[in-house]
Amino acid sequence: MSIEIKTTSMEPIRHTYSHIARRFGDKPATRYQEASYDLEAKTNFHYRPQWDSRYELNDDRRTAIRMDDWYAVSDPRQYYYGAYVGNRAKMQESAETSFGFCDKRNLLTRLPEETQKQLLRLLVPLRHVELGANMNNSKIAGDAVATTVSQMHIYAAMDRLGIGQYLSRIALMIDGSTGKALDESKGYWMDDELWQPMRKLVEDTLVVDDWFELTLVQNILLDGLMYTLVYHKMDDWLATQGAEDVSMLTEFMRDWYKESLRWTNAMIKAVAGESEANCELLQTWIDQWEPQIYSALQPLAEASVGIDALDEARAELSIRLKKFGLQSRGVSA
Amino acid sequence: MSQLVFIVFQDNDDSRYLAEAVMEDNPHAEIQHQPALIRIQAEKRLVINRETMEEKLGRDWDVQEMLVNVISIGGNVDEDDDHFILEWK
Amino acid sequence: MAVQNKKLNLKDKYQYLTRDMGWEPTYQKKEDIFPHEDFEGIKITDWSQWEDPFRLTMDSYWKYQAEKEKKLYAIFDAFAQNNGHQNISDARYVNALKLFLGGVSPLEHGAYQGYAKAGRQFSGTGARVACQMQSIDELRHSQTQQHAMSHYNKHFNGLHDAAHMHDRVWFLSVPKSFFDDARTAGPFEFLTSISFSFEYVLTNLLFVPFMSGAAYNGDMATVTFGFSAQSDEARHMTLGLEVIKFILEQHEDNVPIVQRWIDKWFWRGFRLLSLVSMMMDYMLPNKVMSWAEAWEVYYEQNGGALFKDLERYGIRPPKYQEVANDAKHHLSHQLWTTFYQYSHATNFHTWVPEKEEMDWMSEKYPDTFDKYYRPRYEYLAKEAAAGRRFYNNTLPQLCQVCQVPNLFTEMGAPTKLSHRQLVHEGERYHFCSEACCDIFKHEPEKYVQAWLPVHQIYQGNCEGADVETVVQKYYHINIGEDNFEYLGSPDHKRWMSIKGEKPADENQDAA
Repeated sequence: MSIEIKTTSMEPIRHTYSHIARRFGDKPATRYQEASYDLEAKTNFHYRPQWDSRYELNDDRRTAIRMDDWYAVSDPRQYYYGAYVGNRAKMQESAETSFGFCDKRNLLTRLPEETQKQLLRLLVPLRHVELGANMNNSKIAGDAVATTVSQMHIYAAMDRLGIGQYLSRIALMIDGSTGKALDESKGYWMDDELWQPMRKLVEDTLVVDDWFELTLVQNILLDGLMYTLVYHKMDDWLATQGAEDVSMLTEFMRDWYKESLRWTNAMIKAVAGESEANCELLQTWIDQWEPQIYSALQPLAEASVGIDALDEARAELSIRLKKFGLQSRGVSA
Repeated sequence: MSQLVFIVFQDNDDSRYLAEAVMEDNPHAEIQHQPALIRIQAEKRLVINRETMEEKLGRDWDVQEMLVNVISIGGNVDEDDDHFILEWK
Repeated sequence: MAVQNKKLNLKDKYQYLTRDMGWEPTYQKKEDIFPHEDFEGIKITDWSQWEDPFRLTMDSYWKYQAEKEKKLYAIFDAFAQNNGHQNISDARYVNALKLFLGGVSPLEHGAYQGYAKAGRQFSGTGARVACQMQSIDELRHSQTQQHAMSHYNKHFNGLHDAAHMHDRVWFLSVPKSFFDDARTAGPFEFLTSISFSFEYVLTNLLFVPFMSGAAYNGDMATVTFGFSAQSDEARHMTLGLEVIKFILEQHEDNVPIVQRWIDKWFWRGFRLLSLVSMMMDYMLPNKVMSWAEAWEVYYEQNGGALFKDLERYGIRPPKYQEVANDAKHHLSHQLWTTFYQYSHATNFHTWVPEKEEMDWMSEKYPDTFDKYYRPRYEYLAKEAAAGRRFYNNTLPQLCQVCQVPNLFTEMGAPTKLSHRQLVHEGERYHFCSEACCDIFKHEPEKYVQAWLPVHQIYQGNCEGADVETVVQKYYHINIGEDNFEYLGSPDHKRWMSIKGEKPADENQDAA
C-alpha cells in the first residue's frame, strides 16, 4: 500500500513586488533586485533641507551629470548588504591570519630601523588618504539618489575605513601597540614635504560639491593611480628593501582594488555611454584633476619605486579610460 | 525612584552562558525568561566580566562577541577589553 | 598621543584606529569642509571629548554582521520553502505587516540616507564613523525587511507597492513627514531626533509591538528579522545616549536648543506611534500586551529613569508628556475607530473586533473601553450585519504638523477634540493638539511647506476627481483586493481555504 502525503499546494498570487515587476517583468526577483530598486522616496517631499535649500531631499540635481534613469548604473557584483558583509568577512579572516602570523613571528619588529621608518614614512600615512576616501564616499552615498548607486558608495566608505585601520595596525605592530609609530607617521602626513601635495589634494577633494565629479576623482582617478603605484609597484620595491613580509599585510588592499574595478568600470560605462554631454563633462573633470593627482603622487614614487612606475600606472589608467571614450594624459611608457 | 538598567538577549545557546555569568557577578540582578528572549535587569548597575564568561565557556572570549546576541539595552555603556558595564549615575 | 612605551587600552587603541586618522586641515578651511556644523547654533568646543559609543573596527563589524546575516537568511529561505506564512495565527495579522512595510520600511531607507549625510557633516571623526556605521546598518534593515516580506507579498495583498504608497497615501504622510522633518534638519537635530528620541527613548514602542507581535502570531520571518536587527539597535541606542550627553556637556548654550528638540521630537514620535498603538491592540489576533501597558513600561518607567539621569545637565522630561501618558487609555481606540471608516482608502483591511477581543480590551482599559469605545463597535457591527458596513466618504482634516487626522481629544475630556488653529501670514492652519501647534509656532516657515495628502486631493494633484480614482490610480491600492473590510476579502477567503474551512457567509461582499 502506498502512502500519500497530502500537502496544501499554495500558488503565489504574485511573483514579486509591483515596483520590481514594473522594471523587470512579472517573475520572481533576485535578492539584489528586491533590495536595491525603487525603494527611495521620489516625490512629495514635505520640507526643503535646511542645510541646502537649493534642492529636495532626494534630488538628481546634486550632480551636473544627467541620466535618464540612474538605475541604469547597477553593481556587477550584485552586492546587497548580506552579500557585501559575507564577502568582506571572508577577506577579513584571511587578513586576520596574516596579521596574526606577522605578529607572532615578529616579522615587522625584526626589520632594521631604517626599513621600519620607510614603512612609517611611505606607507602608513596613506591611512589619512583612506580617511579622505571614507569621507568622500559617505558624502556620495548621502547625495546619490538611486540605491543601486548610493549603496556601492557606502560599502566603499566602510571599506576605506577598514583599509585605513589595516594600515594603522601595521604601525601598531611596529611600535608594540603604544601608538608611537602612528604619531610619527601622522607627523610625516602633516609636515613632511613628501606628503604635502597629497594632503592638499585630499583636502581639495573634501570641498567638491558635485557627487559624480567626486566619485570620478576619488574612486577612479585617485585610486586608479594610487593603488597601482602603492600596492603593486611599491609593493615589489618594498621587497627589494627587505620588507617583503609587509606584502601579506596589504593583500587585502590588492584584492579590494581588483574588485573595485568591476563596479567603477560599470558605473563609468553607463554614465559616459548615456550622452555626449556626460562624456564632455567627465572629460573636463579628468583634464582638471588627473594631472594634480599625478603630481601629488610624484614625491612618493620618487622616494620609493621611481617615477617610471607612476608613469606606468598613468598609462594603465589611460588605457582603461579609453574604453569608455575618455582620455587622460597617460603617455605610453 | 527606581533606576533600572537592563540588557536583553536572544534566547540561544551562547546567551545562556552569558546569563549565567551575569547573574553570578551581579547578585542584585533579576532574570526574566520571555518567549525567545532573556531579560536581565538591576538597580543602577550591571557588569559583564570577560573572565567569568571565559570560565563558563571554557574558551577565550571577546567582550564584543556579545553584540551578536543583544536585543536591547538600557543604561550608560562603558566598555573595555575586560568588562561591559551598564549604569545610571 | 602615545604615552612612552605604554600599551594602549581598548579605548585609546580604538581612537588611533578611527579619529586619529583625521587631521586639522590647512589647505582648505575647516568651515568649507564642514559647512553645515554651525547653523543650528550648537557650540562644540572640544571634539576630543567625544566618547566612542561602540568600539567596533571594520574587521569585527564585517565578521559579526556576516555571522548574523548567514543565520537570518537561512531562516528566510526555510520560511519560504516551507510556506511559513501558513503558520501564522490568522490572516488578519498580515495587516500589521502591511502597515510596517508601507510605513516603517521606507524610514529605514531614509535613515540610511540621513546617516550617510550626517556621516560626512560632523567635523568630529568619531561622530562621523558612528553615523556611517549606523547608515550601513539602516541599509541592512531596509534590505532585510524587503526580503523578509517578500514571501508574504506573494501570498497576501496590500504589500505590493510600499515605496510608491509611502510617497502618496494619506496616512503614510505621518511617517514620511516625520522622517523628512528629521532629514531636512541640521546634523545635530537629526541625531537628537533619530538617535536619541527615536532610537533610544521610543525605540521599544516600535519594536516590541511589531516583533513580539510577530512572535506571538507565528511569524517566524519577522521575529527573526527583529531579533537580528535589535543587536544593531543596541549600538544605535548607545550612539543616541552618547550624542545627547556630548552636546549637553560641550556648552551650556546648547541646553535650551536641545531641550526644545527633545520636546518636539518626543511629541512627533508619540504621534507617529499612534499608528503602532492601533496595530498592537487591534491587528494582532494573539495579543502581546496592551498599548497602555507598553507605554507604561517602555516610556513611563524606562524614560523616567533616563530623564532622571539627564537632570544634572539641566534637561527636564519632554513637554506634554503628561498628555501622552494620559492618552494611553484612549489612543489605539481612537485610531482604530477612525481607520475602520477609511478602510476604502487604505492598503490594509480593518474589522470590528471579536467578542473575546473586546472583553480583553475591557480588562486592559477598565476606565475607558466600555464607556467610550465598545458602544461604537457594537453600533458598527450592527450596521455591517444589516449590509451597511460604514465607510466615511468625507475626507478627514489632517494636522498640519503630525498629519494624523484631527481625531485626538483633550486630556480628561475624551469626547472633546483637542483641535487648535491659528492664522499665519493670511492662511489658517489646523492642528490636532496644543503640542503640534507649539511645534508649528516655533518653525512656521518649515511646516507651511507640508504636502498634506487631503489638501492635495482636493487641489486636484492626485490624478483623480473622486476618491476611488485617487485610490486606484494614484495610490496603486488595488480596489477590492488591498482595501475594504477584512471579512470576505480575498485575503480572508484564501486563508479559509488554507485552513480547509469555508467562510461563514460565502456570498458576503467585501464592500
